[in-house]
Amino acid sequence: MLLSLMIFVPLLGMIVVLLLPRESEELIKRVALVFTLIPLVLAVYLYITYNQPDLEHLWKQNVPWIETFNIQYHVGIDGLSAILILLTALLGPICVLASWRNIEKGIKAYMALFLLLETGMLGFFAALDLFLFFVFFEMTLLPMYFLIGVWGGPRREYAAIKFFLYTLFGSVLMLVAIIAVYLNSGAPGDRTFDIPTLITLAGTAGHALADPVFQRWIFAGFFIGFAVKVPIFPFHTWLPDAHVEAPTAISVILAGVLLKMGTYGLVRINMDMLPEGMAYFTNGVGFVGNSLALLGFINIVYGSFCALAQTDFKKLVAYSSIGHMGFVILGLAAGNEVGVTGAILQMFNHGVISAMLFLLVGVLYDRAHHREINGFGGLGNRMPIYTGITTLAFMASLGLPGLSGFIGEAFSLLGAYERFQVLTILSTIGIVVGAAYFLWTLQRVFLGTLNPKYEDLPEINRREILTLVPLGILTIVLGIWPHFAIEMFSESVVELTTKIMGTLQASL
Amino acid sequence: MNPLENIESLAYFAPEILLVIFAAAVIILDLLVKNRESEKVAYLALVGLGCSLVAILITNSILGTNESKNLFFGMIRLDGFAVFFKVLLLLATAATILFSLRSEELDVRLKGEYYALLLAVTFGMFLMASATNLLMIFIALETVSLTSYILAGFLTHSPRSSEAAFKYITYGAVASGTMLFGLSLIFGMAGTGDLATIGQQLPALLGSGEVTALGVLIAITFILAGIGYKIASVPFHMWSPDVYEGAPIPITAFLSVASKAAGFALFLRFFFSGFGNSEVMQSIDLGLLLAVVSALTMTIGNLAALPQQNVKRLLAYSSIAHGGYLLMGAVLLTNGNAAIVDKGIGAIIFYLIVYFFMNLGAFYVVVLIANEAGSEMIDGYRGLSSRAPLVAGAMAIFLFSLTGIPFLAGFFGKWVLFAAVIEGKLYWLAFVGLLNSVVSLYYYARIVKAMYFETAEDTDRLSFSKGTFALLSVFVVPTIFIGLLNIFYSLSERITLQ
Repeated sequence: MLLSLMIFVPLLGMIVVLLLPRESEELIKRVALVFTLIPLVLAVYLYITYNQPDLEHLWKQNVPWIETFNIQYHVGIDGLSAILILLTALLGPICVLASWRNIEKGIKAYMALFLLLETGMLGFFAALDLFLFFVFFEMTLLPMYFLIGVWGGPRREYAAIKFFLYTLFGSVLMLVAIIAVYLNSGAPGDRTFDIPTLITLAGTAGHALADPVFQRWIFAGFFIGFAVKVPIFPFHTWLPDAHVEAPTAISVILAGVLLKMGTYGLVRINMDMLPEGMAYFTNGVGFVGNSLALLGFINIVYGSFCALAQTDFKKLVAYSSIGHMGFVILGLAAGNEVGVTGAILQMFNHGVISAMLFLLVGVLYDRAHHREINGFGGLGNRMPIYTGITTLAFMASLGLPGLSGFIGEAFSLLGAYERFQVLTILSTIGIVVGAAYFLWTLQRVFLGTLNPKYEDLPEINRREILTLVPLGILTIVLGIWPHFAIEMFSESVVELTTKIMGTLQASL
Repeated sequence: MNPLENIESLAYFAPEILLVIFAAAVIILDLLVKNRESEKVAYLALVGLGCSLVAILITNSILGTNESKNLFFGMIRLDGFAVFFKVLLLLATAATILFSLRSEELDVRLKGEYYALLLAVTFGMFLMASATNLLMIFIALETVSLTSYILAGFLTHSPRSSEAAFKYITYGAVASGTMLFGLSLIFGMAGTGDLATIGQQLPALLGSGEVTALGVLIAITFILAGIGYKIASVPFHMWSPDVYEGAPIPITAFLSVASKAAGFALFLRFFFSGFGNSEVMQSIDLGLLLAVVSALTMTIGNLAALPQQNVKRLLAYSSIAHGGYLLMGAVLLTNGNAAIVDKGIGAIIFYLIVYFFMNLGAFYVVVLIANEAGSEMIDGYRGLSSRAPLVAGAMAIFLFSLTGIPFLAGFFGKWVLFAAVIEGKLYWLAFVGLLNSVVSLYYYARIVKAMYFETAEDTDRLSFSKGTFALLSVFVVPTIFIGLLNIFYSLSERITLQ
């Protein structure tokens, strides 16, 4: 019950916002903030109670929906979805705060769409019915398209439609895979979309879903759908465009949550439901057997080098996202406990750190109205607090030990090294390049002599600090004691990786 | 089951009879009322549709579930399938009349015969949905075609409209002639015009070698020309963009929904009853032909829609593409498995319900914008989100539903179709269809882009009456909710041909 409440509270908020008069802008913002804070409060309660068996019933619901196709409204959580729900719920109010001043027109429509987006994201992470999962997955497209297209930068129309077309292309392949899974799940009348049931069936020897060849094809269908979202090379080109054009808060949600929808899907469907397919693409034999790890490697190195070449601050952060998501892919490809733990941790940490980075870019852009890295210089003296927070975010992102970014990447690499030595060693190039572009940016923007144009640039204000502080605290806390996060999902990971490794052993 | 004779049939024929009576009454009333007040004529036509609807529902309840009656010595058949299509067609006509009342381009308040013709075309479509005899099929089709020609050319002051009517009639005549030739070939082979009898005899005739599979295939191909013309499938689609662009907008909406639905009703019944036998289907191998036609129809429709600047024309191509999607369901008729055939029919029916709301809704917005902003071009939609936020929002919902974006009805419609096609193992066709959905996003989004991302030179707010919003919500609400409720799925599953 509580879970459904959490998912649909933002939708209710959307209706409330739509009913308010468009002139009362302050009221609209406050209402939106309240309706994003409720899921956060619930998510904190979820964090406290998710592993108490007597409260389990709060966090799941299963009612029939479209009976003709045996589609259910089935939501529930495990450690992995809980941590991503927590991330989504945390970024919700932060994004509303970040949009407080810099959305100039149509705040009502903006907040309404944002609340719809939040419902889509929360629902996606909670869905345990494949059809529902897809509906929520796609539900994020429309609001995102409008949020980029209406409130974005100069090339917003291009960026919006590119984002939409790429993602839709990926999702139609996924839809075919979903239909195929459904049709093979049983005799007419027994067919199901229920993800836990499907996972069991796919593990039952002799069942149509357990057929290795079938799983490979289905794996590919789902994979392309999720790969566009992550984004994995070569489906990544929409990302820099979308990020550069999107308003700050939307970049935050895009990098913070939407990219994780792709990797979450990989874990939930590709790994958990299709272990045979997973084994085929990660068994380390030949090109195909290394393909997933190879894609992770390409993302890391390619993303990092692209970031190095950027002179637009936001584009740099966008490409660094591609690089950091590569670690997630590499960790997942490893399929062992350490690797998958690292990957999931990296999902959460990247969500927090990239959110910080985009917020920081936004702060600078709101003041200087450009993002040219070479156009600044010496801001360290002018904006010491801002510089401090940015340095923290940069260090976390480049993987400085003691901050959260390090743990996820280190675990991913550790896990991957057991399986794919060469690729893992080559992937570390990405870390070096990552350090290079962040430090170089730090030097160009904050050190040196102050550009006289920016002599009276105002310091970061309290509202902006308020959006950054919770994220900053998280990077430090999780850097020192990652168990706060790991303990949430370790049980699910052990179960998952045991299955993956077992299938892998059997297939070799 | 013995067919009823003429007098007995009349009671079951009441909906059609009522339409004809009211068509006549509309003409008479038009003579009596003064010109300026002839909105009354439109209301009389609506009353006629209402009476007919009541009659349909009564005949349906007399009929009971899963029952059917052959009327007029087997000329037409009344079953759940026919009832469904009659209701759908009748509602489409009602919507068209309401659109016409609000359309300023169409000075029909002066012309009562417009409404009489609409009732007549509905009558013809009722026959299309229930005809079971080759002769009746042809008569029904001609009734619909002839009245449609006049309706398409109703803007007498507009050369475009006259051109539309002329093109329509030229293509139509060729298609009818070709179809008639095909029908006579079938008649010659089977010696009867009754579809059910043809269906029973064909396997034996084919088996004995009296009739060759190639001969049947040729006859069917000729007949497809006639039906394909009605549903605007490739290669018989060429008339539709010009006609849709030239015709009055309400008539364009009517042709794109009702004409297509009636065409599919005829198509399904004709193939199912006459050639549905799996032996026949196997020997004449129609599946590939239909699948290719389906794939080409959606692809050509979508690709041609991409560069369009005129919204009416864009929606014309889009409706060709939707005809292609619907044809995917029709391909399943050639599947030997009866369960899959039923799935295909159910999917077409469900898609038609969805298509009815989203497409008519989109055309209604086109009517409104043509009235208020005076433009049918995409440029005329610029900045609509600030000039008329509710109308723009509704249009965005219709367009994204036509694309097939989830939680809107269009997605569920496509879902049902694609699930059926994949179950029928036509993977390549499903794949082509899905890629087409992605392509279609681009041109639908162009209208959305103009409405939301661009600003208008003219920024005055457009004002609409309460009635406009009420009618608009009749289309918006189902476009959002149909897919989320189970009843429409179970409804479409129940309607089958026997």
